[in-house]
Amino acid sequence: MSSKQLMSGAEIFIESLKKEKVDTIFAYPGGVVLNIFDFLYKQKDIRYILPRHEQGAIHAADGYARSTGRVGVALVTSGPGATNTVTGIATAYMDSIPLVIFTGQVPTALIGNDAFQEADIVGITRPCTKYNYLVKDVNDLAQTIKEAFYIASTGRPGPVLIDLPRDVVTSRAEFHYPDKVKIRSYNPTVEGNKRQIKQAADAIAAAKKPVCYIGGGVILANAADQIREFAEITKIPVTHTLMGIGGFPGTHPLSLGMLGMHGTYYANLSIHNSDLIIAIGARFDDRVTGKVEGFAPGAKIIHIDVDPTSIRKNVRVDIPVVGDVKHVMTELNKELRASKEPWDAIRKSWLRQIDAWREERPLSYEQDDEVIKPQFVIEKLYEVTGGDAIIVTDVGQHQMWAAQYYKFDNPRMWCTSGGLGTMGYGFPAAMGAKVAHPDKHVFSISGDGSIQMNIQELATTIENNIPVKVVILNNRFLGMVRQWQELFYQERYSSVDLGSVPDFVKVAEAYSAVGLRATKPEEVVPVLKEAMKIKRTVFMDFVVARYEKVFPMVPAGASIHEMIFGEEKKMEEKKLKAVK
Amino acid sequence: MKHIISVLVENKFGVLSRVSGLFSGRGFNIETISIGPTLDPSVSQMTIVTTGDERILEQIVKQLNKLIDVIKVTDFADKEFVEREMCLIKVNAPQEHRSEALRTADIFRARVVDSTQKSYTFQVTGDEKKIDAFIELLKPMGIKEIVRTGKVAITRD
Repeated sequence: MSSKQLMSGAEIFIESLKKEKVDTIFAYPGGVVLNIFDFLYKQKDIRYILPRHEQGAIHAADGYARSTGRVGVALVTSGPGATNTVTGIATAYMDSIPLVIFTGQVPTALIGNDAFQEADIVGITRPCTKYNYLVKDVNDLAQTIKEAFYIASTGRPGPVLIDLPRDVVTSRAEFHYPDKVKIRSYNPTVEGNKRQIKQAADAIAAAKKPVCYIGGGVILANAADQIREFAEITKIPVTHTLMGIGGFPGTHPLSLGMLGMHGTYYANLSIHNSDLIIAIGARFDDRVTGKVEGFAPGAKIIHIDVDPTSIRKNVRVDIPVVGDVKHVMTELNKELRASKEPWDAIRKSWLRQIDAWREERPLSYEQDDEVIKPQFVIEKLYEVTGGDAIIVTDVGQHQMWAAQYYKFDNPRMWCTSGGLGTMGYGFPAAMGAKVAHPDKHVFSISGDGSIQMNIQELATTIENNIPVKVVILNNRFLGMVRQWQELFYQERYSSVDLGSVPDFVKVAEAYSAVGLRATKPEEVVPVLKEAMKIKRTVFMDFVVARYEKVFPMVPAGASIHEMIFGEEKKMEEKKLKAVK
Repeated sequence: MKHIISVLVENKFGVLSRVSGLFSGRGFNIETISIGPTLDPSVSQMTIVTTGDERILEQIVKQLNKLIDVIKVTDFADKEFVEREMCLIKVNAPQEHRSEALRTADIFRARVVDSTQKSYTFQVTGDEKKIDAFIELLKPMGIKEIVRTGKVAITRD
C-alpha cells in the first residue's frame, strides 16, 4: 500500500489492531460504530465475537487477558454501550489487567449537546482506567492506539479507554503506525535499586522466621519461576493472595496456601509470628491484613512492587524495592545464591513450627453422605481435571472454596475478580479464556446468585462454539452475605434467600446448551466427567448444603491470627471432656 | 500539616480533572490550587496547597507521579521557597471611613484598583499571613467581596 493512500478512521482502527497482533475482539455494535463493523465484516484477520451485553464483552476481554498475558480488546457503541462497560473496566482496573476498550462517541460537533446516545465516557471512566483518550482528529488515531496498548501493558498494567467520535471514524488520513512510543511523563521503573536489593538479601539471610507473601503482581510479571527459585534457595515458605494463586505451586511443600480473611490457619499464623515478610507484587489489601495495627507485629517488611504507590500505602515498610518483579527477583536470587548460607539448617525449626500448625488445623470440612458439600465438588473437580483446567470464578462463597480446595501449580490458570469483587464476572471471563485456549478445559465456578448476573452469555458461547463448563454451587442463597448475617446479624436473613431459583438445567437447554444436575454426593464425579466429554457449554447444577460456611474466617476488624473455625463447638466439647 | 506541592503537567484537556479527581477520589484535601502556563506552551504548572501527615503526603506525591500526564512533582517541604498570593477585596468606604481605609491599605502596600462613591477595591499581594491580617483590619468597615488566587510558590536558588 502506498503511503500516500488515505484510509478512513475505521480502516486505521483495524490496521492498528493488526499491527498490535490482536487476533480476537469482543464487540457489540451500535449507531456510531457502524462503519467500524462494516470494515470488520470485510476482513478475515481479526475474530470479532458478539456478546449479549457490553459488560460481558469487557469481562470476556479480561478473561482473555488474564489467561494469556496479552492485552484484551473490546469495542462498543456510545452512550449505554459505553456505560455498560464501566463495571467491567473497574474490575480490570482493580486487578491491574491490561485491556484496551474502544467506545463509539457522537460526532465531535455534537459532543456536549446531550445528543442521542451520548455519554461522557471519558469523564465517567477517568477514575477507573489507567488512562483514557478522546480522539478528536483522525490524524491522531494510530498514535493514540499505539500509546494505549503501550500504557495498558507496561508498568502496573491496567485498562485504557479510547473514545472514537463518529466523524473521526469516517474521515480519512494517511495511515502511519509508529514503531515505538515515548511518553515523557510515563516511565515505569523496571530495574530495582541495587543497594535496596542487597539490603533485602541481607535481611533475608538474617531472618529466623521469614514468610514470602505473593500477590497478583507475580502473575502479571510472569515471575512464577523466579518465586519458586527464591523459595527453593532460601527454604522460605510462600503464602499467596487470592490474586497470587498460581504464582507458586499449590502442591509445593513450601506452599502455605492463601492468607487473609479466608486464608489457611497456618498461613495466617506464620505471617503473624514471622520476623520478616517478603511481600512481592502484593498490596496489603484489607482482606489480607485484617486489622492493620495488629498485622505481623514482630516482622520487618520487604516490599517489592512495580507501583511505588503500593509501598507504604497501608503498612510500614522497612526495605522497599520498586521495580518489575521478574527483574528484581532475578537479581535478588543471584545475591542469595552467592551468599552460601546454610539455608536448610537456618530454616529447620521455623518449618517444623509451621508443620505443627499445619497438622493442628488443616483446611477441613465435614463430609456428608446425603447432601453434597460444596468443598467436595471443588476437590472432585481438581481430581477429575488433574489440576489442568483453567478455573474462572464469580464472587462469593464458591470463589473462596475454589481458592482453598483447587490446587494451582501454574500461573494464568486462575481468573477471579479479586479487587472489585464483581459478581457476574465469571461466566463471560471464562468465555474469553476459552477463546484464547480452545484446547484447554475451562471451568467457570459460580453460585446460583452470581451466574444470574451475566447468564445471557450462554447464547454467545453456543453461537460462537465456545464450550465453557459451568459449575453452579447452588444453595439458593447469596451464601456469603448469608454467612455474615448468620455470624454477625443474629441470623436475620435479609434479602439473601433466592427462593425459587430458575431450573438451571432447563435454562441451559433453552439456550441449546447442556444441563446436568447432581443432588447426591455420589453423582458429583459422574456429572463432572460427563461435562468434560461434552463439546458444548454445560451448566452443572450442584444442589449443595444450604447452610455451609467458608472457614477459617477472620471477622472484619480482627487481626489475622484471630480466626474462627467451623468446628469451634466440637473443639470446646473436646476440651471440656479432657478437663473432666 | 500544610504543604505546597508544585506539579508540572501536560497542557491537555482533562488534566485538571485527573488531578482534582485523584484528590477527591482518595480523600485528600486541596486548600488552594492555581494553574498557569509555563515557558513551554505544552506544559502547565500547578501549585497545590494541601494538608496531611507524612504518610498522606508521601501518597499524594506518589499518586500524582503515577498520573500519566504528570511530568514532575516537587514537594516544597524540605526546600527554601518564596510563596505569594494575590487578593482582591471590595470594602465599604463611605465618606467617613475613606481615609482610614486608605491608611490601612498603605501599611500593607495594597493598591486601590477601583473606587466608587461607596467602596474601594484593593489589590494586595503577599504571603497568607499578611493577606489574612489585612482582611482582619478591613472587616470592621464591612467587606463586600473577596477573591483570592490561591498560592503560587517558587524555590530559592
